[in-house]
Amino acid sequence: MKTSTMKRSYLSETAKKLKPSGIRKFFDLASQMEGVISLGVGEPDFVTPWHVCEASLDSLERGYTGYTSNAGLLELRTEIVKYLQGKFNLTYDAEDEVIVTVGASQAIDVALRAILDSGDEVLVVEPCFVAYSASVSLAGGVPVAVPTSAESEFKLLPEQLEQKITEKTKAIILCFPNNPTGTTMSEQELDNVADIVKKHDLLVLTDEIYAELSYNEEHVSIARFNGMKERTIYISGFSKAFAMTGWRLGYAAGPAEIIQAMLKIHQYTIMCAPTMAQYGALEALKTGMDDVNEMVKSYRQRRNFLVKSFQEIGLDCHLPGGAFYVFPSIKKTGLTSEQFAERLLHEEKVAVVPGNVFGEGGEGHIRCSYATSLSELQEAMNRIGRFTRKYAV
Amino acid sequence: MDNKTVELLEILEKNGRIPIETLAKMLDLKVEEIERKIKTLEEKNIILSYSAVVDWSKAIEDEKVTAVIDVKVTPKRGVGFNEVAERIYRFPEVKAVYLMSGTYDLSVHIEGKTMAQIARFVAEKLSTIDSVISTTTHFMLKKYKHDGVIFEPKKEDKRIVVSP
Repeated sequence: MKTSTMKRSYLSETAKKLKPSGIRKFFDLASQMEGVISLGVGEPDFVTPWHVCEASLDSLERGYTGYTSNAGLLELRTEIVKYLQGKFNLTYDAEDEVIVTVGASQAIDVALRAILDSGDEVLVVEPCFVAYSASVSLAGGVPVAVPTSAESEFKLLPEQLEQKITEKTKAIILCFPNNPTGTTMSEQELDNVADIVKKHDLLVLTDEIYAELSYNEEHVSIARFNGMKERTIYISGFSKAFAMTGWRLGYAAGPAEIIQAMLKIHQYTIMCAPTMAQYGALEALKTGMDDVNEMVKSYRQRRNFLVKSFQEIGLDCHLPGGAFYVFPSIKKTGLTSEQFAERLLHEEKVAVVPGNVFGEGGEGHIRCSYATSLSELQEAMNRIGRFTRKYAV
Repeated sequence: MDNKTVELLEILEKNGRIPIETLAKMLDLKVEEIERKIKTLEEKNIILSYSAVVDWSKAIEDEKVTAVIDVKVTPKRGVGFNEVAERIYRFPEVKAVYLMSGTYDLSVHIEGKTMAQIARFVAEKLSTIDSVISTTTHFMLKKYKHDGVIFEPKKEDKRIVVSP
């Protein structure tokens, strides 16, 4: 008979406490079914523009198969700096204020590890991307939720923020345009947030991965306001705008002191981002804006279609200014967001993500991605309409 | 022309069958506005026709034969290439005529039931036109992409059903 010699669990307390992503659970359910129309996908339905793929292939053919510098190809960092300057009026030095990472996700992780000591609190504006709180915990910090509400279209209000600030608060994570709500913040609204951040001497991690997908007005970064550059870590990547999710390529820009600290962690753990992906990204930045504009146009049309269709079937749905998600309220059905999503999947084979997985304030809503063909959206809305009629909406 | 009208044209060029109600939602306009815009575009001959791109090789057993003919012509004083182009495009089997730069002048696209039928058209109709100096006929063997439409698109969505 085999007897285990293990007398204890080898898992760290952190790993044990980490909750699995609510999205994952729903993915497992949906992936077992056939014929599902999915509005649950958080990535573009476009494939990476061919000239970007070709640039990457070309780099392999020319033998660029080794490491790049830890911070990423200087040529790419220089192009990122030009892009941030031209597009969002942000000024950085390619030499020591930018690093190229393995997706925006790694940039977030490294940034948090660079700034947090055990017990530091980080404000997380919810509903938000599922990884923020977990990344804070993994870096030894304590995530503190700042819930936003549908009444204010999920915008971050200064008073909501101020209420959660304590002596331990070190940073705040922002994400606008937002995943899952699609909410954007105007220049004035962001300026108000910036004032509070400065007043309490906080750092900001701003995840602006969806910045290119802004439909109503020009995207504004919080890093742009007076006195904000030195306290902001700007994070973005190529996944959403250039349809390059699988390439895992992102970047962070910020004050040299923080970026150099991030670079140390990055070089000990990742070494550098994949070289061929960096060459693809370089091509994307240099000549890919026409592709972006075409995709944005298509997303905007589908967003309009989806919001109006939700309103037509009687569900409240604000018009999101960015990203590729709508976040309608399903409260009228009397179901929780999990019940709604599960029943919709079983009864009509439409996959959506329940809003509660994105944190406080997400309950009563579902996230629907419109990064799906128009014909699929039309069919999905027919099915959702049929489904909600059963619940007397 | 305003941006929304251009956008409307772009959508219709890709898919002329999208219901008016859907177009209205996509462009954030009223149904009546879309109807009015489309009517105006048709009246101004900006929208010329609505057609389907058909993969005939799947629809019928007797395949259609398509040929592209390079035609060299002598342009006539005063009317240039237009007169001869006009004579050519009136034939019903001619699907498209383009004036080209380079080694020949007109590119004539024709469709027929058999290669013999196309050969007869070239020999009896096209070559006998006064201004036509020479023709070179290329038969199309397979259509991969036509009018921006890929004929055998790989439809598989490689994305996972639910993702962050």
